Amino acid sequence: MRRAFLILVPYIWLLVLFLAPFLIVLRISLSDPALAIPPYVPQLDAAEGVWPGIVNLVSQFDLENYAFLTGDDLYWKAYLSSLQIAVVSTFLTLLVGFPIAYGMARAPVEWRATLMMLVILPFWTSFLIRVYAWIGILGTEGYLNQLLLSVGVIDAPLAILNTNIAVYIGIVYTYLPFMVLPIYAALEKMDDSLLEAAEDLGCTRTSAFWLVTVPLSKTGIIAGCFLVFIPALGEFVIPSLLGGSDTLMIGKVLWEEFFSNRDWPVASTVAVILLLILIIPIILFQRNEQKQREMDG
Amino acid sequence: MAQPSQDVFAPWEDATEKPLIRFKNVTKRFGDFTAIDDLTLDIYAKEFFALLGPSGCGKTTLMRMLGGFEKPTTGAIELDGRDIVGVPPNKLAVNMMFQSYALFPHLSVYDNIAFGLKRGTMDKADIPGRVDEMLRLTRLQQFAKRKPHQISGGQRQRVALARSLAKAPKLLLLDEPLGALDKKLRQDTQFELMDIQEKTGTTFVIVTHDQEEAMTVASRVAVMDAGVIVQVATPDAIYETPNSTYVADFIGDVNLIEGYAAIKGNRAEITWAEGQPVITAKTDLKAGTKCTFAIRPEKVAITAEEPPENRANRVQGKVLDIAYLGNISTYHVELPDGKVIKAQTANDRRIARRSFTWEDPVWLSWTDTAGVVLTK
Amino acid sequence: MRRFSWFNATSLTLGFAFLYLPMIILVIYSFNESRLVTVWAGFSTKWYGELLQNDAFLDAAWVTIKVGFWSSTIATVLGTMAAYVMVRGGRFFGRTVFSGMVYAPLVMPEVITGLSLLLFFIAIDLDRGVLTIVLAHTTFSMCYVSVVVSSRLVSFDKSLEEAALDLGCTPFDAFRSVTLPIIAPSVIAGWLLAFTLSLDDLVIASFASGPSSTTLPIKIFSAVRLGVTPEINALSTIMIGLVTVGVITASLVMKRNIARARLDEQRAAG
Repeated sequence: MRRAFLILVPYIWLLVLFLAPFLIVLRISLSDPALAIPPYVPQLDAAEGVWPGIVNLVSQFDLENYAFLTGDDLYWKAYLSSLQIAVVSTFLTLLVGFPIAYGMARAPVEWRATLMMLVILPFWTSFLIRVYAWIGILGTEGYLNQLLLSVGVIDAPLAILNTNIAVYIGIVYTYLPFMVLPIYAALEKMDDSLLEAAEDLGCTRTSAFWLVTVPLSKTGIIAGCFLVFIPALGEFVIPSLLGGSDTLMIGKVLWEEFFSNRDWPVASTVAVILLLILIIPIILFQRNEQKQREMDG
Repeated sequence: MAQPSQDVFAPWEDATEKPLIRFKNVTKRFGDFTAIDDLTLDIYAKEFFALLGPSGCGKTTLMRMLGGFEKPTTGAIELDGRDIVGVPPNKLAVNMMFQSYALFPHLSVYDNIAFGLKRGTMDKADIPGRVDEMLRLTRLQQFAKRKPHQISGGQRQRVALARSLAKAPKLLLLDEPLGALDKKLRQDTQFELMDIQEKTGTTFVIVTHDQEEAMTVASRVAVMDAGVIVQVATPDAIYETPNSTYVADFIGDVNLIEGYAAIKGNRAEITWAEGQPVITAKTDLKAGTKCTFAIRPEKVAITAEEPPENRANRVQGKVLDIAYLGNISTYHVELPDGKVIKAQTANDRRIARRSFTWEDPVWLSWTDTAGVVLTK
Repeated sequence: MRRFSWFNATSLTLGFAFLYLPMIILVIYSFNESRLVTVWAGFSTKWYGELLQNDAFLDAAWVTIKVGFWSSTIATVLGTMAAYVMVRGGRFFGRTVFSGMVYAPLVMPEVITGLSLLLFFIAIDLDRGVLTIVLAHTTFSMCYVSVVVSSRLVSFDKSLEEAALDLGCTPFDAFRSVTLPIIAPSVIAGWLLAFTLSLDDLVIASFASGPSSTTLPIKIFSAVRLGVTPEINALSTIMIGLVTVGVITASLVMKRNIARARLDEQRAAG
């Protein structure tokens, strides 16, 4: 009895507030926009009775919005440029994050807890504020340009804010902890005598790094990349604050489609397709996690 | 091997005695895996009963069914004549001492022991007295206020024991109770356990993979293998007259010689190798059959000189290896056909005065009652 | 021996500079006299004063804290239940769907979660306000709580619960008097995480909020779109300060507890 209660409460909560909303998105993506409240047709007509009403409703569903999206350049480009931005910034995060994780794993044991806290601390501070901090730095009159101009490296201020470069910087900055922590966890577990064995068997320090350290931190690297890539793909705040008007990211398109154009069916369709794109990396990520659990097993 | 002091305590031989616990054709399956296979067993009140076997033999499953943590797939389990299948653990007058001790880390030693009492029928006012009694029994009085992580491993083991005994259960289950202790402490604790069992008069069922532990503490031992009980008997009977090569091999050291037994009256003549004299041994077997002759190393005498003619069995060989264990030495003697027999002697004289060493020819001999003829 | 090379030292220094410099600059310039945020014109705390006069921000902060408190509290209860069901529940009908729903919000883009919840609230004709934000935040943060709590439950010695049952507890009593006190630190950590996520959330709150219920992130976002302002710098500094103090205090308390436990163990062994 109590067990049933324990299962049912969170279950029903999630069914109602997670699954049902998503089914509504799916349903609206199959409908047509209309000048009405709510702004889409068909609606379930209660007068027809429940079952005939549903049958009638379903018979009016179509894939028109999906055809529209695939036919329109804007959406294609938005998905592709989201993918491109997510891939590039994931790679950049790895480039920045790996040396940090590596340095942490090699630091004296008594420092490690502190270093770990220093990596996690920004994660607890507001995401919005961390993105906001870069507006002041990257702007035409921002601190970075002031510094570079005063040193004399450049003659005219660089236009970084409101470009894709600013978006890359923003993603790398905000998601860096997600990359550093799993890699650090993998490197920290590594037995030092493995490196000594590799050197004993004739490796140089550099080749020991590439042949032993990197392969052994593979699961951490993969986990970190997915943890950055998945949220970056649907990112909204960073492109809208740091990106320019030509920065196309699908999260931003969805937002505008909904709030500015009030086109619910298209916004819903954009969401469904984004989710379909995300399913592949999510499944790959879970496989990687499972593999790691088995290895730790 | 030590035996409980009351030699007269043998309710299993008394047909009028009612068992406390009765397993009737119990089978337990986990998916495709059969953990317990059609097992029937009686355990009597006040027994110190040991379930002995390698890991995965089903002994822990058997115990967990007694505790109410698992339900048999088929069959019945009776406690004091009442069927307990399906009765949840909190409704059973059975307590368990867990392998990990499972002491509640957030509660003091005192509160750990009082935990079960507060959830029983005991009058609130009587609880402190009972806890003190248990603390005294396990010599933990001065640790009552400590938390489990503030005491040593041996003390934790005693807290676990005190906690499970506090409710005065009809039956106490002990899951590898000494497994986490080092060897010296384990031996001391074994005697303490027997002492406490006797004092409280509780029936103990212990699960262990340590044959020495089972032999030391138990009134009866059940040797288990792959979900079935191979033999149930007193420790000395298990050791002296194992009913199968599995039991003989599992308990202590043994020489196993395969051969064919021909029956001559109440003795068997076992042909086991060409050109070797037959082994004669007393047996109940009625007809000739394939068999295994099992003999403990300490029952094989090793001598440099030829043993007298009246020794029933005599073979010659040469010393291959000597394992010096301090109080005893084990000699590995190779017979002409390549078979190696182990013989054990007490080192009652200085090692320098030993009369034979590596490669020396020696005689092995034993009487016709020293070994057993096994057909399983 | 681990060799901590100059390369390691450099990458740590640069890495942490990258992580912290932007925030340090933000903090410093919040004390700037001038309204022109990029030009230093002397020390002043006047923007903090102005911030405290700004009722719109104060109202938004109050809404945010209310939403954070309620959503993280409900999420902690539901998330702990979900974690318990996932780790200890055994098999039940629809288990795969259940665990899928528990983990999916972790990887779901916020825009999709927000959009779907908004469409749902409209479909059931629920007026948007504090209640809808609480519902929305509870739903996604309960999943984080359940991940935190279930990772603790997985390493939890199951025989502790069995021992409690064995000593006469009902399953509920065993949970209340044994399991809960032991997993309490992870439940508290889950609550803190849920609270921070709620304070931090812009996207889902934007979808789920109504005109009368603006949260602080929504307010900040609309202000920030127009550029950097000294008030926002001051507000950010306060938020960074609170979090820093909170996290450092928490970690010091934890460190002290660990040290004390270690000392106890040494005493026991000695």
